[in-house]
Amino acid sequence: MKYLDEYRDARIVKGLLETIRRKVTRHWVLMEICGGQTHTIMRYGLDELLPPQIELVHGPGCPVCVTPASILDRAIDLAQREDITLVTYGDMLRVPGSRLDLFSAKARGADVRMVYSPLDALRIARLNPQRKVVFLAVGFETTAPANAMAVWQASRERLDNFYLLASHVLVPPAIRALVSSPENRVQGFIAPGHVCTVVGCKDYEDLVQDYNVPIVVGGFEPVDLLQAISVLVTLLEQGHPEFANEYPRSVSYRGNVEAQRILEEVFEVADQSWRGLGEIPLSGFRLREKFAAYDADKVFALNIQESDAPEVCISAEILRGLKKPTDCSAFGVACTPESPLGAPMVSSEGACSAYYQYRRHSLVTIQ
Amino acid sequence: MCLAIPGKIISIEDENGIRLGRVQFGGIMQPVSLDFVPEASLGDYVMVHVGFAIAKVNREEAERTWQALEEMGMLAGELPVDAKARSQP
Repeated sequence: MKYLDEYRDARIVKGLLETIRRKVTRHWVLMEICGGQTHTIMRYGLDELLPPQIELVHGPGCPVCVTPASILDRAIDLAQREDITLVTYGDMLRVPGSRLDLFSAKARGADVRMVYSPLDALRIARLNPQRKVVFLAVGFETTAPANAMAVWQASRERLDNFYLLASHVLVPPAIRALVSSPENRVQGFIAPGHVCTVVGCKDYEDLVQDYNVPIVVGGFEPVDLLQAISVLVTLLEQGHPEFANEYPRSVSYRGNVEAQRILEEVFEVADQSWRGLGEIPLSGFRLREKFAAYDADKVFALNIQESDAPEVCISAEILRGLKKPTDCSAFGVACTPESPLGAPMVSSEGACSAYYQYRRHSLVTIQ
Repeated sequence: MCLAIPGKIISIEDENGIRLGRVQFGGIMQPVSLDFVPEASLGDYVMVHVGFAIAKVNREEAERTWQALEEMGMLAGELPVDAKARSQP
């Protein structure tokens, strides 16, 4: 079955590439927002299969990559305290803070544990009533409802040893910041399929209206992405900046209403600092006042200053689509997934990591 | 970190007030909150992100997506086992 499917996919992929080739008459810069989509593009070399007029740049949609070092510094500060257990998603362990990462803090004796789900974080809190369990929760709109639910559930169970240290980021304000920047090169966006599964399509329609830039929701398989690119090219060539949903098997217009309800109840929109992009107004979530008892920022005295990435790291330009990972002098030399200088090299969804995984050999040959 | 993995709901129970499903992903079972998909019931397929179902999908879509994710090596970060050890749902 598998090979039949692959054959069918290969035929569809060829057909889509041919359609795009026929339609395109000039250079277009398209950005995929989501790191999962970047991974697919690199894994299958879609950027190299597309006609040379289509340039794909990779967006800031890797939550690990845009979590500011200061949040890591706060998490490490808490993890090193005697009575605290710090739990977080696996990808966060090796993201560099300004001095350390959580993995090295763990090696030095801090109680740091990896979880796959906020449900695991709750379980650890239930099973260890003598410990203060701080959940370092990051994520876009896809992950935020699950993190919100953990707090809501802790409140329902009256768990008094569970706290959220949150760094949530929202996609539409990031798109606004990107297209408003005088340096912007992006002419069309592939919107992230699972973010839209949760939040629906309305905000993206508004972006199209406000900025005259076409936005197409895409999935994560090669066919999904080429389909989204094909529609974007049509809209651009015809001069019709419109919105389209090319991932309808997961994305409905209204999105997941239950998930939106819990987001609204637990969080309020707030200014948020992004690694590489700086502070973007109203681009994140913070806990509402009624959940203050679960807010690690409020419960524990934290006083960590903002800090920048190492000077050599160009992740700020990469995350804005201005440069490619291979433009960086440290790429694959001083900066590798084993010893990352910047966050995009850490997560498997980071653009630098994807280039390292799928492109470094061909680059060596070319050079 | 924004991937969602398809799985099949094998059982549903109430645990601490959470509508908790046992969801089968290939060869392994995981507890999954079904609170965001009240329309999903026993035997249905759901897309799961960090232990929470965020959308119901049909069986054919679930199987196709699973194959694609497996082939792309994208399961390992989302599930607590080696993805290669498992077959499709």
